[in-house]
Amino acid sequence: MKNKYSIISLLKNSLSYHENWQQAWRDPEPKKEYDAVIIGGGGHGLATAFYLAKKHNMKNIAVVEKGWIGGGNTGRNTTIIRSNYLWDASAGLYDHALKLWESLSQEINYNVMFSQRGVMNLAHNLQDVRDLKRRTHANRLNGIDAEWLSTEEVKKFCPIINTSPNIRYPVLGGTLQRRAGTARHDAVAWGYARGADAMGVDVIQNCEVKGIKRKGDAVEGIETTKGFIKTKKIGVVAAGHSSVIANMAGIRLPLESKPLQALVSEPVKPIINTVVMSNAVHAYVSQSDKGELVIGAGTDAYVSYTQRGSHDVVEGTLKAILELYPIFSRMKMLRQWGGIVDICPDASPIISKTSIKGLYFNCGWGTGGFKATPGSGDLFAHTIANDEPHSLNAAFNINRFVSGDLVDEHGAAAVAH
Amino acid sequence: MFIITCPFCGERDQSEFSAGGEAHIIRPKQPTELSDDEWADFLFMRKNIKGVQFERWNHAHGCRKWFNVIRDTSNDKIHAVYKMGEKPPSD
Repeated sequence: MKNKYSIISLLKNSLSYHENWQQAWRDPEPKKEYDAVIIGGGGHGLATAFYLAKKHNMKNIAVVEKGWIGGGNTGRNTTIIRSNYLWDASAGLYDHALKLWESLSQEINYNVMFSQRGVMNLAHNLQDVRDLKRRTHANRLNGIDAEWLSTEEVKKFCPIINTSPNIRYPVLGGTLQRRAGTARHDAVAWGYARGADAMGVDVIQNCEVKGIKRKGDAVEGIETTKGFIKTKKIGVVAAGHSSVIANMAGIRLPLESKPLQALVSEPVKPIINTVVMSNAVHAYVSQSDKGELVIGAGTDAYVSYTQRGSHDVVEGTLKAILELYPIFSRMKMLRQWGGIVDICPDASPIISKTSIKGLYFNCGWGTGGFKATPGSGDLFAHTIANDEPHSLNAAFNINRFVSGDLVDEHGAAAVAH
Repeated sequence: MFIITCPFCGERDQSEFSAGGEAHIIRPKQPTELSDDEWADFLFMRKNIKGVQFERWNHAHGCRKWFNVIRDTSNDKIHAVYKMGEKPPSD
């Protein structure tokens, strides 16, 4: 039984110098067989296991992770959460996630530090203005909060932005989603792991999948560095390495894996009160609770699994940041890193069954998966438990690439892929 | 970030080139006769290999010619470069 985290448990543990906190999750060896195995112990995978146990009563399940939980893209992203997507299918998917974020800390009894500080998307040319206004209207029709801001209103909401008409790409306005914001990425993985573990889910770290065993058109189990694990249902949530797992099962996916970079500055006092994203010049920035500026750069245009990324991509982003925020000109950058993102041709995810019985994929989140973590886990759990998609992820099936019914979010993703 | 040896211009920085994706995907000769599955396979499905991959590149800020590259995507090391229409080196 897990002890509940509360102000009382905090006070109680302070008396013993915080040396006797209960272990947050076990470190089990894999059993011989499970009802389902989730490959990938990031936010999405752990959330899937959590909701499988909580809502579908599947408790004899495991999450296998090749490194440590939350050590992949969950720990590498810029933590932005929003749901202002253009198409109905995406709006349904991302707003489902946003609604879960709003009560997540209570649901999993773990403070994920969800902060609804708003996300602002800037327009720098006439086409941007048209596109963003269209998106604002589409969002409102789908019940998602969205506002159009004039240049003056942008300046008022975030005073450090350079709104001079004389810069190369002047700010012509922007959109604002006030319910959007940020969260603590590690806490999401840890909170879901702790919650799943409490319900009996085995979270197995340092366990790399080496092969998928098939019997005809159905899965039989997985070969791992800790031996063979028998199971009839496999949920793959391997982000940038989804194609590697797909190759083991003998199927191909419509994915390309590319490095995506981010960087943080030295910590400073509160200076930027919201998240600002700019598609046209590719700059987005927010400030972490520690005070660091969190800056997201773009992807490299070629397939690579190197987790580095090119210098010219970072340089381009910083040029745009400096023109929009001259106040940052003497900030020093502390860290830069890259992660591998798997991108679909239509820049929308896949949460789907496959042609192989018992094999499910949750992938293709590209550059924007973090925001969807709770919703993705909830809907993927539904898909695995029922062998049928939920109405909210039906459009994100793998067959859309055959039927042609794509969910094209390239423009509306607010960040160019 | 790496150096690519263009078969026409020699060694240049990768930022001069644009990536054209997986190589040797043959455009169907009779598109009207393809099934939806075959179209999807041609248009969208990719090997996306972690390891040695055959791909097309274009020297966009140079001679603007297309050519093929064999590159290890796990470390960005280039094994060979060869012109369009040529068979890949066997080793």
